[in-house]
Amino acid sequence: MSQSALITMILTQTFVTAVTGYFFYKVLNTPNKEED
Amino acid sequence: MSNEKQSWGTRVGLILAMAGNAVGLGNFLRFPVQAVNNGGGTFIIPYLVCFFLMGIPLLWIEWSTGRFGGRHGNHCTPFILDNMGKKRLWKYIGVFGIFTNIAVAAYYTYIESWTLSYVFHSLKQSFSGLNQFEVAQLFGSYVDINTNTMGIPFEPVVLYIFCLAINVWILSKGLEGGVEKVAKIGMPLLIIFGVFLAIRGLTLGSSGAPADCTDCNAFLGLDFLWKPDFSNLWDAKVWLAAAGQIFFTLSVGMGTIHCYAAYMKPKQDIALNAMAAGWMNSFVEIVLGASIVIPIAVGYLGLDWVKENASFSMAFQTMPYLFGKWGPALATAAGFMWFGLLFFAGITSSLAMGTPWMGFMQDEFGYSIKKAAVTFGIITLIMGLPTVLFYAQGVFDQYDYWAGTVVLVIFALAESILFGWIFGIDKGWDEINRGADITLPKIYKPILKYVTPSMLLIIFVGSLVLPKDNDWKKAFQEEWIFDESNSIIGQINNSDIKHNRDWFSTVYESPTDGIVTQIIPGEDGILPVIVIGETPANLLDSPNQLDKIPTKQQIELRNTDDIIAVKAGQIIQAGLPIANGWHVNPIFYRGFSRFMLLALFVYLSILVHIAHKKRKLRP
Repeated sequence: MSQSALITMILTQTFVTAVTGYFFYKVLNTPNKEED
Repeated sequence: MSNEKQSWGTRVGLILAMAGNAVGLGNFLRFPVQAVNNGGGTFIIPYLVCFFLMGIPLLWIEWSTGRFGGRHGNHCTPFILDNMGKKRLWKYIGVFGIFTNIAVAAYYTYIESWTLSYVFHSLKQSFSGLNQFEVAQLFGSYVDINTNTMGIPFEPVVLYIFCLAINVWILSKGLEGGVEKVAKIGMPLLIIFGVFLAIRGLTLGSSGAPADCTDCNAFLGLDFLWKPDFSNLWDAKVWLAAAGQIFFTLSVGMGTIHCYAAYMKPKQDIALNAMAAGWMNSFVEIVLGASIVIPIAVGYLGLDWVKENASFSMAFQTMPYLFGKWGPALATAAGFMWFGLLFFAGITSSLAMGTPWMGFMQDEFGYSIKKAAVTFGIITLIMGLPTVLFYAQGVFDQYDYWAGTVVLVIFALAESILFGWIFGIDKGWDEINRGADITLPKIYKPILKYVTPSMLLIIFVGSLVLPKDNDWKKAFQEEWIFDESNSIIGQINNSDIKHNRDWFSTVYESPTDGIVTQIIPGEDGILPVIVIGETPANLLDSPNQLDKIPTKQQIELRNTDDIIAVKAGQIIQAGLPIANGWHVNPIFYRGFSRFMLLALFVYLSILVHIAHKKRKLRP
């Protein structure tokens, strides 16, 4: 596997995994709002 | 209005259901093929740009529009858009939000039934000992009504109905008791199965590499998929492919997101929820989808084979053969996981397609959940049976093209204009931010108003006048020739069909020039075949020379008793009658498919009209 492909893959997959994980972490740690 | 109030049980359940709606077979099959055909690793740049400028805004538009509708007692697009647009036209544009779902569910459930059948075949080890051609042939046998692979008469029809019945049964349990439960089980399983297959694929080594590529392995496949090729980064084709991928992978423009969001609480966050669901879809696509099909196929079949054959059909026609190389036990487990994964990806989407019809019938005609689910099943069955019975004649493809592709873009374009320009971007922005658990960048306000509708307009116009071979450079710099098969204009005119253009005919015209090299007469159950070869440059000295002429096309006639009107050695032109007999031509099935789709749209529009009249009479 070439270096450029490896770097592109690792950067992209790490970025997407981190962003997905971040939003899920936010969802799980945000308390539910009380409805009027 | 129905007395049965529906709602989501938990926030995570809602997000998983929304993600399940978006995650479909395309995440595992469409994305990697698009990437390899459009610059490999470079494809991710336009992909992410389109995600930020079109995907995310559309998600927010649809989530907020749906929640807005739910607050006013509307759970389906006709009256949600009517409430936002305040013009009669909008409720009829909103009909697309039910139409698309029924039409797509009609054929999508058929794909789901393939996955179910292949789970069974994997467990039964039906693929064991078969070569690559035989595995591919098994799929052909499966979709052929006249043959069966499991000993069940009319197998594809029976399994299709069974699969539809599963969908109806789950839908009849309601959102919390049915859809949400399936999403909570199906999505984690899908990810677990995907991770297992990806790890197994990446640890293949070169032991199974083909003779002409002894160093082929999964990492060569990853290299092929991720190696950036910046030379075509500014090619319009690449950007349109990326925009199309974002559009279809997120399941926007369908009306399902609106419907799911309509059952949220009025102040429940949508900004963060939409992000979590949208990014989860991208995770499945970019991390898992890119690590299974292409790497494994390159590892066993080589780079050249994949370059020529990378397509959707690999899932059923190639993967079982490749799993077979892992030994009986692992092949069974891998087949079960692969087709199980595709089944979960499919069913979480098809369940979403049932909810707009159900929401509409509950809101407007007071249907119970069960009655709404059963009627969805019946109407989907009526629409779907032609895709099963006439799969080979192209009904499936017509549904996919018109309902599953063109209409989505039209609807998304209309809703983005409604949101940004008619409902008003200020009201729209407030709606997105209502109860938001994250702060949205203000830059998205002009993006929602100007950029997203513009991008959708470009995609629509692009598909309307798509140039031949998707070659935009040539179209702009030289001559603009429409793609006869894939441009909307070409499809409307059936431009790709040059001969046999009558619905029914008593003669069959040759679709190509050439020389008749062989005639294989029909027998009981076997259709006659005329083999056409390249026209020879010089006259042939003896009939034996026919064997040496390369085959151009094999024409299988439609009936066993067709009378063949040409002889071996005869030079023919395209359009020349080559056989006599009663024929139903493919163009008929196109007309029939379009009639079915149009009839569905008219029927739904009439229902919306009746509902509108009923609303006026309400106190």
